[in-house]
Amino acid sequence: MKHTISVLVENKAGVLARIAGLFSARGFNIDSLAVGETQDPSISRMTIVVKGDNAVVEQVCKQLNKLIDVIKVQDFMGKDFVGRELILVKVSVDGKTRHEVLQIVEIFRAKIIDIKTKSMTIEVTGNDLKVNAIFDMLRPFGIKELSRTGRIAIARG
Amino acid sequence: MKGAEILLDCFKKEKVEIIFGYPGGAVLDIFDLLYKSDIKYILTRHEQGAAHAADGYARATGKTGVCIATSGPGATNLVTGIATAYMDSVPMVAITGQVPTRMIGNDAFQEADITGITRPITKHNYLVKDVDELPHILKEAFYIANSGRPGPVLVDIPKDIQNAVTRKKYPDRVDIRSYKPTYEGHLRQIKKSAELIAKAKKPLIYAGGGVIISGGSREMTKLARKMKIPVTTTLLGLGSFPGTDPLSLGMLGMHGTKYANLAIQSADLLIAIGARFDDRVTGKISEFAPHAKIIHIDIDPTSIRKNVNVDVPVVGDVKKVLVELNKCVKAGKTESWVKKIAEWKKKYPLKYAKKGMLKPQFVVEKIWELTKGDAIIVTEVGQNQMWAAQFYNYINPRTYISSGGLGTMGYGLPAAMGAQVGCPDKLVFDIAGDGSIQMNIQELTTCVLNKLPINIIILNNGCLGMVRQWQELFYGGRYSSTVLNTKGPHGKKGITYCKDGKCHSYLPDFIKAAEAFGADGIRVTKESEVIPALKKAIKSKNTSVLEFIVKPEENVFPMVAAGASLSEMIESMA
Ligand SMILES: Cc1ncc(C[n+]2csc(CCOP(=O)(O)OP(=O)(O)O)c2C)c(N)n1
Repeated sequence: MKHTISVLVENKAGVLARIAGLFSARGFNIDSLAVGETQDPSISRMTIVVKGDNAVVEQVCKQLNKLIDVIKVQDFMGKDFVGRELILVKVSVDGKTRHEVLQIVEIFRAKIIDIKTKSMTIEVTGNDLKVNAIFDMLRPFGIKELSRTGRIAIARG
Repeated sequence: MKGAEILLDCFKKEKVEIIFGYPGGAVLDIFDLLYKSDIKYILTRHEQGAAHAADGYARATGKTGVCIATSGPGATNLVTGIATAYMDSVPMVAITGQVPTRMIGNDAFQEADITGITRPITKHNYLVKDVDELPHILKEAFYIANSGRPGPVLVDIPKDIQNAVTRKKYPDRVDIRSYKPTYEGHLRQIKKSAELIAKAKKPLIYAGGGVIISGGSREMTKLARKMKIPVTTTLLGLGSFPGTDPLSLGMLGMHGTKYANLAIQSADLLIAIGARFDDRVTGKISEFAPHAKIIHIDIDPTSIRKNVNVDVPVVGDVKKVLVELNKCVKAGKTESWVKKIAEWKKKYPLKYAKKGMLKPQFVVEKIWELTKGDAIIVTEVGQNQMWAAQFYNYINPRTYISSGGLGTMGYGLPAAMGAQVGCPDKLVFDIAGDGSIQMNIQELTTCVLNKLPINIIILNNGCLGMVRQWQELFYGGRYSSTVLNTKGPHGKKGITYCKDGKCHSYLPDFIKAAEAFGADGIRVTKESEVIPALKKAIKSKNTSVLEFIVKPEENVFPMVAAGASLSEMIESMA
């Protein structure tokens, strides 16, 4: 099961290592991890996406809570939340395919952020479905590079 | 004040009575100030000894143990001691020196990333990057170490920070927004527990080290006696309930009593208090306490439902929860259960065959006869640890001190030293194996120089007994790397050590070693010599090493093989 875990932590050195350590000690591979300051600059939010057995993830969440620098832990599993990711993708293009790629970008309401004769860099924001869908459409043109932020999430309401 | 002065000020304000440490380049400034101050400190002979001594002091007194080491190797030598304290929830503050801030990360001389290394084995740790932060970091360190579920906290202080000056004062209070342990149990959960207890016909208390840590022994004893509920304890729970009480079942688990394990397997209600369902306790988890509903009282929410499903979890301080529970609990009908347990105790006592060579169990029994629970028994790890648990009755909390979670050989001697420092009027024993004692034997010097009259009981079976036992039972008797004496157990050939035409079968000569370290040494080979030797050691004001040459192939029984159900006890060699 894929879990999206939101962790509010003290914005201090070493905190990331403590959190990552809890996962790596169990041999968990973190799918994605995004960190940034919150409205209170002394607090950061980490959004961690991880695959794992529910009971094990529940135990990990309890242990995250036990870390001194962790203020709050929320597993969004089964909860109402919004998750978004931003990706930057550099696609190969030439005179013939450029137009097709532009169309795809438009349909998905993505953005062109850089154009060269042989490539185009596209910015996409959205949930997993959208991001994966546009990526599948672009793949046949040849992906030169891909960079993703990983999911960030927030509870609804 | 300078950073190092802040540290000493902190020791004073936290009422630190004793520091165990070892000097080096990165802590010179701290030791220089210690030299000038009236704070007591003990120079151990190894940093591992310092960490275990701080741990033993903490377990014997409930106060926070403090140790200091220099950067690099000094700090890494603390690691085993810190991990030991972490596994057994022992309050400890470890101070390490670090290379100057500007050199961190440059592979400077004696640099080790000790906060990185100890991250998974400390409750929390700090690398101090700014002297202004030092006062509140130290305050937090002491607070975190000995609140909630206690544990070790390490503070790594670079040398330049020790010399940097700050105007910040040592704070009186701390408030950590992200650390708020739950002390009060939820009343609804406590009421639910009381209801289950009132309905139970075969209730059983399973008490762990948490009972002792919280100071909840008296409340638990009250609960058990009033409600007529039998009590079994874990290794670290020994002493939380008087071992001589008719309701006491002694220890459960891998080397638990048969009656304790039978009781677990038949109980209809298990009240787990300050215990964590460790695999050495539960055996095969799916077959553990199959008929029991489970109440679990623990301060650490991560302990609950970690290994077993629980019907009524109560998160809170054991003592506080028990006070509330005792107010509302009503007894169930447990008479026939208590009677049954008395029968089991009579039918399946702990036993050993007395014939042949001196038996290690006999030695432990004699220590009991002479002290009747009025002593602190520290142990090493292995068979010695189990016999000390089985053949001595612990009456009071903090009288059985042992590395349970990590199982650290070499723990006993330095921990006994710490316990004796913390409890100068108590009689302290270290029950040891000939393997374990060699792991920190250098601390004999520390004991002698500091006039610590601890009594080291070496049960010399000439082998790494506990591992040899597993080899005998599960590895076809192939004693691979477990033979320590030169003959080898059972006449199987070991290494021969001959000098001046004389062949010695035991090496080292512990008596000569003891004397070389300045301790008294007594060797005992016969039953009749046991009591006189013990009496002599108890009377002596010096550190005593008593070496008992015991039967090499004696085994610890009963035994539940690793991963087997508690119902499958091996009671003797087939
Ligand atoms: C530091 C460390 N290394 C290895 C072990 C594994 N081990 C557990 S018990 C044991 C044998 C202990 O031998 P000894 O101290 O002679 O005690 P005995 O079992 O003979 O009483 C060993 C090697 C351990 N627990 N700790």
